[in-house]
Amino acid sequence: MPGVRSPRVLPGFGLSVGFTVFYLSLIVLVPLSAVFIKSAELSPAEFWSVVTAPRVMASYRLSFGASLLAAAINVVFGLLLAWSLVRYSFPGKRIVDALIDLPFALPTAVAGIALTAIYAGNGIVGQYLEPLGIKVAYTPLGVVVALIFIGVPFVVRTVQPVLEDLDVEFEEAAASLGATRWQTVRRVVLPMLAPALLTGFAMAFARAVGEYGSVIFIAGNMPMVSEITPLIIITKLEQYDYVGATAVAAVMLIVSFALLLIINGLQAWTARNNRSGR
Amino acid sequence: MAGVASHAFGSRAHAARFERNPAAREPAAVKWIIITVSMLFFASFLLLPLYAVFSEALRKGWQAYWEALVEPDAVASMRLTLLAAAIAVPLNLVFGIAAAWAIAKHDFRGKHVLVTLIDLPFSVSPVIAGLVYILVFGAQGWFGPWLSEHDIKIVFAVPGIILATIFVTVPFVARELIPLMEAQGREEEEAALVLGATGWQTFFRVTLPNIKWGLLYGVILCNARAMGEFGAVSVVSGHIRGQTNTMPLQVEILYNEYNFAAAFAVASLLALLALVTLVIKTVIEWRLGREPHPIGAP
Repeated sequence: MPGVRSPRVLPGFGLSVGFTVFYLSLIVLVPLSAVFIKSAELSPAEFWSVVTAPRVMASYRLSFGASLLAAAINVVFGLLLAWSLVRYSFPGKRIVDALIDLPFALPTAVAGIALTAIYAGNGIVGQYLEPLGIKVAYTPLGVVVALIFIGVPFVVRTVQPVLEDLDVEFEEAAASLGATRWQTVRRVVLPMLAPALLTGFAMAFARAVGEYGSVIFIAGNMPMVSEITPLIIITKLEQYDYVGATAVAAVMLIVSFALLLIINGLQAWTARNNRSGR
Repeated sequence: MAGVASHAFGSRAHAARFERNPAAREPAAVKWIIITVSMLFFASFLLLPLYAVFSEALRKGWQAYWEALVEPDAVASMRLTLLAAAIAVPLNLVFGIAAAWAIAKHDFRGKHVLVTLIDLPFSVSPVIAGLVYILVFGAQGWFGPWLSEHDIKIVFAVPGIILATIFVTVPFVARELIPLMEAQGREEEEAALVLGATGWQTFFRVTLPNIKWGLLYGVILCNARAMGEFGAVSVVSGHIRGQTNTMPLQVEILYNEYNFAAAFAVASLLALLALVTLVIKTVIEWRLGREPHPIGAP
């Protein structure tokens, strides 16, 4: 690459890149490396037995299962919400649009106690579900509800701009060729939204897997039943099992890094698709 | 680029261009079904929790609400939350400007790697963000023995809370500024330098005025997360009442003591902060004419 671009004209490169790398190393990279260094205190066999213990395995099943389910539900309703916000006008639309980001802005602990209050046996919604035999609070279903809440903005906010920029010419062409509206949406519009939908799904899933605050209040936290993986780490820490906590954290970190790479790839795909779509 | 105009806020308000186009609209019945279903989802998953916070907070009346807010431990938690944000936000502001200046205004090897590394805190579980500081500064950690010899406490004390808050909010300002400064190019700065301005003059008189709204946007989001962070802070806090509890931790303690009205009272302040954040964010989006994008996405 050197010699290809024009020479650097703007000053401050050394200072700004030096400070950036130093700060990032100090706050993020070196502390994160501690997870892998501490995990290395265990032999591979010990590490494996810690991270595959039955209680930990049950937590993976819950964390990944509930996150998948919540992200899938968010794809469906996120698409409908984005569609309503972009394609229709209705009263209160501006306010709805602004409030989509509430799950980001509302602290997770606040969301957690609010959802628990709503879905507990005597709550606003829980009181009607309880007689039907549906228990949400203090069950794995409660975990899903909390993760749906957390994931809403990711699907809406990735689909919304793509839908906004979508050229209507494609739909006009499909309609003029005799396609019904449903055929046009299914064969023309949805395929163009697919990369954005997948990106939103992956973001919601990645966020849900690591989520802690909004889940622990509503989950009930019963070992083997409604205990999420981040809580396993906390529980081990409280028992001063630092190595065990770190081993489970290492597994979560590896999963997170893999998801980060997938999301980066998906975003590049969305951007490419979006450009060629114009 | 033709995209710039269509990115402007103006286009966002015009659903009419779809609704008036027979080739790009659904039958009225389908339209109202889609709107109804999506609004029911919106109301039950987003509005209802918001309503629940305020109605639970005021369940015992305004008098009890006020008393819960002026209770000494609650006030101490507010002070600590403000302190943590007052340290974390400016540090990450300076970091964000430095990172954006390096990345958006220069070409160098490894740029993409650096951008990915800056985003890293968003993909790490908050619990792990707290755990790492225990591994570094805890009693059994790398610096544990040295710290206890010198009688310095970092984890289970205020410095740990501040560090964890900084960790989870690192990317916010940088992530807003990098695309903004990349889009603005380098010509204005280059012109200033040619005309004899120093580097700092160029930054303060040319770059800063250009990025001020983007900067404010990043700061608002960074502050919301800094004040609301729960998981990371919970791991390093030690939960000492009146000393190492931030507002979200105070909410948890009150809630676990079945003091629901007080827990929701403190929570309602955080919910108000969230609403104020969303209002300011929306206003800046109108000014910047920018499209919505996922915030804090991994």
